[in-house]
Amino acid sequence: MTTPILQVQGLKKHFISTRGIVGRDKSIVKAVDGIDFEVNAGETVGLVGESGCGKTTAGRTIVRLYEPTAGKIFFEGQDISNISKNEMKPLRSQIQMIFQDPYASLNPRQTVGSIISASFVIQKVNPPNGIKIAVQDLLARVGLNPEHINRFPHEFSGGQRQRIGIARALALRPKLIIADEPVSALDVSIQAQVVNLLDDLQDDFGLSYLFIAHDLSVVQHISDRVIVMYLGKIMEIAKTQSLFSSPHHPYTKALLSAVPIPDPEIEKKREHIMLTGDLPSPANPPTGCVFNTRCWKAQDKCRIVAPELLQVGASEVACHFPE
Amino acid sequence: MKPFLEVKNLTVEFPTEDGTVQATEDVSFSLDLGETLAIVGESGCGKSVSNMAIMGLHNPKRTQISGSAIFNLESGPIDAINTDSETLRKMRGKTMSMIFQDPMSSLHPYYTVGNQIAEAWHLHNEGSRKTGAKRAAEMLDLVGIPDSHKRINDFPHQFSGGMRQRVMIAMAVVNNPKLLIADEPTTALDVTVQSQILTLLKTMQKEFNMAIILITHDLGVVASIADRINVMYAGRLVEQGTVDEIFYKSVHPYTLGLLGSIPRVDQSIDKRLKTIQGQPPSLIELPSGCAFEPRCEFATHVPKGLCKTSRPETTEKSIGHFARCHLSAAEIYEINRFQKADR
Repeated sequence: MTTPILQVQGLKKHFISTRGIVGRDKSIVKAVDGIDFEVNAGETVGLVGESGCGKTTAGRTIVRLYEPTAGKIFFEGQDISNISKNEMKPLRSQIQMIFQDPYASLNPRQTVGSIISASFVIQKVNPPNGIKIAVQDLLARVGLNPEHINRFPHEFSGGQRQRIGIARALALRPKLIIADEPVSALDVSIQAQVVNLLDDLQDDFGLSYLFIAHDLSVVQHISDRVIVMYLGKIMEIAKTQSLFSSPHHPYTKALLSAVPIPDPEIEKKREHIMLTGDLPSPANPPTGCVFNTRCWKAQDKCRIVAPELLQVGASEVACHFPE
Repeated sequence: MKPFLEVKNLTVEFPTEDGTVQATEDVSFSLDLGETLAIVGESGCGKSVSNMAIMGLHNPKRTQISGSAIFNLESGPIDAINTDSETLRKMRGKTMSMIFQDPMSSLHPYYTVGNQIAEAWHLHNEGSRKTGAKRAAEMLDLVGIPDSHKRINDFPHQFSGGMRQRVMIAMAVVNNPKLLIADEPTTALDVTVQSQILTLLKTMQKEFNMAIILITHDLGVVASIADRINVMYAGRLVEQGTVDEIFYKSVHPYTLGLLGSIPRVDQSIDKRLKTIQGQPPSLIELPSGCAFEPRCEFATHVPKGLCKTSRPETTEKSIGHFARCHLSAAEIYEINRFQKADR
């Protein structure tokens, strides 16, 4: 078997928040609390969950924007969880990120040309025909007019700005792209354009994606495998098809049934599983299974013992009583 | 019998330094009590602006509004667009009420939620502060917030996003309004909480026999809650019909494009998503023809480039099903069938 492009083992990221003047009251927010998964070359893995489940933190820790509290991250077999900034730098050209908000992730004072060429300058890469041609090629590749190289971000619409963000991520021909909610700020008709673009680029450049999103219908469309997170832990990992047709974890089941389907006939006949209450605070997660406070199947065991991620059918599920 | 609300030829314009922004133009629709009307469209299509005009929330100094929004009340009809501000003040909360997308920024952070709900009640009712507080607690019970007697003394930041939206709904319905305008009420919420809030809205509608205008961009939400749908594009209503007419028998290229571009959790498509090319036009200096023409896949089927030169009028394609398109319903079905076969 070939080495996966990304392997994550027991990854934890805890944030410590202090209160009071001398910081005597410490509370630990376990944003990501021991997750294991891998992304294979050429694969798209969707990472889904509700807000506050730790999916963004996981993505950011993997690219070392946050320092991991514990656990290991392997990129093409190389352990990158503890390497220094200098050692990380050459790897940055191979792991890139696309951000959610195309308004906040582009410097308003720089032209599109200088935003995208920054990658070449920082990594001291000289493209064969010069940087300007390379940037114009990238702009054309993501569906923008190459003549717009001297324009500023505010001159573009939301969808176009997201394309600029994608061009920047592509500049150094990375192998892995971590896309953090890349389409959730966009209108539906524009969203479809960007999803199709990401699809095409994957075929052309052999990219692997870790696609972080809360919109299950987009994730279902784009991913090969899906990871479902809840309160910093993985609830279920499965191939997209089997996750959406036969979810094993009660949380996955509830999440899927809550997504409205744009078809009134089907929507009328569907049974919705109504979860009671809200997500508990990650600073004070429930003992045992983190989902037990909202789960309709929860029993005494669930409140004491945290379930391990185990193979159930074709999926990996962390539940004592899987469906 | 006359419908409860009749909006006729509503036009809202904002004069700016760059020119006049035509936020909505010639919007007409009607609504009955107990009915849910969804207004669907992308950002900047005028869906919020038109409803804020009905509520009288635009600054009259910076906005030009024409048309009418007639509420047929028991006491007689009132035109909310052309009435004085004192009458509007009395109507807000009692006749019509509104909830917004972001429950955190629409609640006052310095006052307890009980205080804010009671304030809405006191504006329209005579009663002691004690009665007001009692009424606030009753409302929290009604919207499903446990421990209501204690929670009325809590501040907005002590509630989660979903709970804050429940508080907003409690505040909006405390005076049994006839019309509730919900502007993207679940967009800021997670899906599991979204389904709780949608169920709550349906329950409240039955309880008070309210008319609801639901403004949203999420067609999934629309499918689950609406009776009728208005589709807006570039400030104009492009299609109006029942839920089934819009989802299954749409006669407007934009609606068809929108429906095709959303992925669904219950179907896996290996094919590419259908897209609408390009992006919405600027609302300043709209093209003289159909605003959707530059993005429209059907425009080439219209003879003599009519779409570029002439703006289509709203026509009734079948009973109660209106659309702004030069093509007839039969032509749209035919072209759509061919395009599907091509793909």
